[in-house]
Parts: sequence; structure tokens; C-alpha cells
Amino acid sequence: MPLITYIDHNGNAFEADVPVGDSVMQGAVDNMIDGIIGECGGACACATCHCIVDNSWIEKTGPASEEEQLMLELSAEIQENSRLSCQIEVTEELEGLVVHMPQSQY
Amino acid sequence: MKSDLTAVIIGGSHAASQLAPRLRQEGWEGRIIVVSDEQQVAYHRPPLSKTYLSGEKTAEDLLIRKPAAYKKLNIEWLLNTRAESIDRDNKAVFLCSGDKLKYDKLALCTGARVRKINIAGASLPGIHYLRNLADAKNIRQDIKYGGRAVIIGGGYIGLETAALLRKLGMSVDILVHSHRILRRVTAAQVSDFFTRVHTEEGVQIHTNEIPDAFEGDDWVKSVDCASGKRFLADLVIIGIGVIPNTELAEACGLPVDDGIIVDEYAATEEDRDIVAAGDCTRHPNGIFNRILRLESVPNATEQAITAAATICGKIKPYKSVPWFWSDQYDLKLQMVGLNDDYDKVIIRGDIENSHSFVAWYFNRGKLVAADCVNRPLEFRLAQQMLRNNKSLSPEELADESLEARQMLELIK
Repeated sequence: MPLITYIDHNGNAFEADVPVGDSVMQGAVDNMIDGIIGECGGACACATCHCIVDNSWIEKTGPASEEEQLMLELSAEIQENSRLSCQIEVTEELEGLVVHMPQSQY
Repeated sequence: MKSDLTAVIIGGSHAASQLAPRLRQEGWEGRIIVVSDEQQVAYHRPPLSKTYLSGEKTAEDLLIRKPAAYKKLNIEWLLNTRAESIDRDNKAVFLCSGDKLKYDKLALCTGARVRKINIAGASLPGIHYLRNLADAKNIRQDIKYGGRAVIIGGGYIGLETAALLRKLGMSVDILVHSHRILRRVTAAQVSDFFTRVHTEEGVQIHTNEIPDAFEGDDWVKSVDCASGKRFLADLVIIGIGVIPNTELAEACGLPVDDGIIVDEYAATEEDRDIVAAGDCTRHPNGIFNRILRLESVPNATEQAITAAATICGKIKPYKSVPWFWSDQYDLKLQMVGLNDDYDKVIIRGDIENSHSFVAWYFNRGKLVAADCVNRPLEFRLAQQMLRNNKSLSPEELADESLEARQMLELIK
């Protein structure tokens, strides 16, 4: 199970083993990691699972799709590597993935 | 917080699945027991009429949290178990098994159940409602390529199911009691839009049709309407609304009025040890200054956060802008605000020819809601405007030369 590190806005890191096939959002929800809510359950409808993919990982996760970009564009803390974590599927390749969580989702 | 206390949650859906883990986060050290009459821990209901029905998602995919996640937090689930009554004097819940659960704090997350149709033939096989996973499983078994589906009710459940069944190769007739679909939840222009898209997709919408009997011997064969019309059917799905499950609350003397009455802290005023969250509650909304009962996932999740805080003696008033979503064909509909009381509707975009527009609702010059179809930017903008009680003028909102990002700047 790939290990994913979620870092909150204060720099606190939370690690979780997330099964392949789950989303990065699901990994946070199952492990009660604050800062990723995932209200719509992954339908790309609510933008409450905004995360910023660590620079060293953005090539592997890829950038946000057009639909994601539109949902994120008005977010206060949008950055170049912003993604909706419900749209990042966990694969073996993402072992060690690091994502940052914005303050506004607390 | 003392560890010998017990919190009991009745109901096991969206609100419960948020409330239980939240209790741990708020510092509850005692037992947490969720009593649910379902066969599995909480699952996402919206996909039941969408990706689950289409077969894209499995029952396991729908789980909000996996069983192991609850185990880790020491949250106990009593599945296949109904709560029969509440004894507030002795702080106990009586279960269908005859067992008694003592509680120190109690949360009612009883949700809602489908409104049923009481006409001849209503119990024939092939006739379904859609609320639970079991309902969706049964419908899946009865979907037949090339078969005829009749849907009773022109609300979101009916329309989402219609879209799916068309995709799966069934012919679809929708029977609507009123003169237009979505009458209860959207403006006439938006109803017209959805009528157009569904018609383009081959769905037949029949307004002002009131079913008065189902015909068939060992399987439903048709729906007969008061108008004299007969609609042939191999499969019938009924989506005519829900009724809040308030009986347990009412029987133990808690105030109920089409919903369990709670305050902004999700607490029942009669009994400070009992909270309620989700579809079953009637609660004040601090942004719209109205008392509401909402049927939505965001409402269940967010109210549950408040309820968990209240149980732990913390104060987190529930204050949020209601919102909902629906997916049909290539349409992503996001609705925000309250659109049941308005005097003006302004459209942004080409509602007559495209699949992308916003309907802005105003009441006495004030923005109260927006229906956004394939307009996620405007949806986020509307959320912010309503939350901050700051809006642009109807003219500005209709002006497509003004981009959403510019509009955001204007309200800052």
C-alpha cells in the first residue's frame, strides 16, 4: 500500500497507507486527516478536497483536468500544483507521494 | 472527557458517518455506537442513481469510510438493527432485538424514507423506489436493454435515473403530476432546459399525468393514468419525494414539525443530551434567517460536525449556504442557495441552445440562489457571494463579457 504524506498549513505531516485504486481524498477521509473534506464523495462537485501536490511529485500525478481547474480557479489558495484530491487515483507509482493542504478547508 | 460515557447514534448514513469520527476529533473518549438498519456501514447515496446504477461503481466503492477506518477509531456499528424506542428518563434506546442500549448522549440521524404510492397493483414485481443500496441493487437486476421503463416523478431522482436508463438502452417515459418537471426545485426556464435535453436524448416526458393503477399478473405491465392513458412498462421507478423519519423523536416527546426541531447547535431544546443531524431535522439557517428542512448530503455532513461539537460541550454553530448537485448526461448541475422564494430570474449564457448557463434567483433585488449547469466557476462565485452576503447586480451577473474571476474581484 503506497504511503502518502499529507502536510497541513502549519507544516504538520500525517502519513497514511492508502490502497491502490483509492483516491488521495479517500485516503485522507479514511484516516481522519483534517483539511480534506470530500463532501461530494469524489464527483468533482464541491472542491472541498483541494490539495497542492508537492513540486517533486507533480510530474507523476499530472496536472488538474479542465473540470478540476474550473472548480479550483476561484479558491483563495490556488497554486500551480493545485488538484482536487478526489481526482488523483493512488497507484504503486505514487508510493511516497506528498501533498499539502490549504488552510481554508479547516 | 470521561471514558466511561457512551454516545449512541441512531441511523447509519451520511450524517452518522461524519458525526461518529468527529466525536473522536472533538475529544470523546467513551464508547461510540452507531445503530443502523442497513446491512453495511455508511455509503454515498448520490451515486445510487448515477454511477452505481450504471455499473461503473461497486457497492464497496460507495463506502464513505471503510470498516477498518471506524475500527481504528473504536467506533462500533450495530448493523441490521432498528431502534424501536427511546426512554429519555432512563437514557436508553430499545432495539428490535429486545436489547437495551444505555446512552449519555444520543444523536438522531434517522434520515428520510421514500414517499410511497398507494394505488392498485403497487406491490407488483418490477416496481421500485430508490433510496437505499438494496433498492438500487434490485433496479440493476431489472434493467433490460431494449425494455421499457416508466418513471413516476419529475424530480432529480427521476431525471437522473431516466438519463441512466437511456444510456443503458431502455426506452423511458416520465410521468409528472404537475405541468412541468422539477417544479418544486427550480424555475420554469430551467425546467424547460431539462425538458429539452431529456427530449433530445429520447426521453418522453408526460406532464399532468396521475397514475391510478399498475396492471400486470406476476410482473408490472403498465401504468394506467387518471387521464385514461396507459404506459407500457417492464420496469417502473417511483421518485416522488421523501418523508423525514421523526417517529422515534416524536414518541419520546421531542418537538417535531415535518422534521425533528433543533437549534443552530443541532440540539433539541427539550433535551440537552439529544442532538439530531441530516435530512430528519428542521433547523435555523443563520445565513438566510429561515427555518429549513433540507434533503442533501452537504447538509447532513456539515450539521453532523456541529452536532458532534455540541455533544462534546463545544460551540460550533451550523451556518452554511445550502447546496446540491445532480449529474445527468453531460450536465453537471450545481445549485446553491434557496430558490423557493424569488421574484426574478436572470439567465447568464444560452439556455435555449447550449448546455452551459446559470440561472440567478433574486428576491427583492437580493441574490438568493443560483442554478449552474456546467458552470463550476459561477457556482463557486455564487457560493462566495451568498456566504458573504455580497452580490453583483442582475445586469452584471448576466453579462458574459464579465468573467467570473473579474466578478470575484468586484465583490472583494
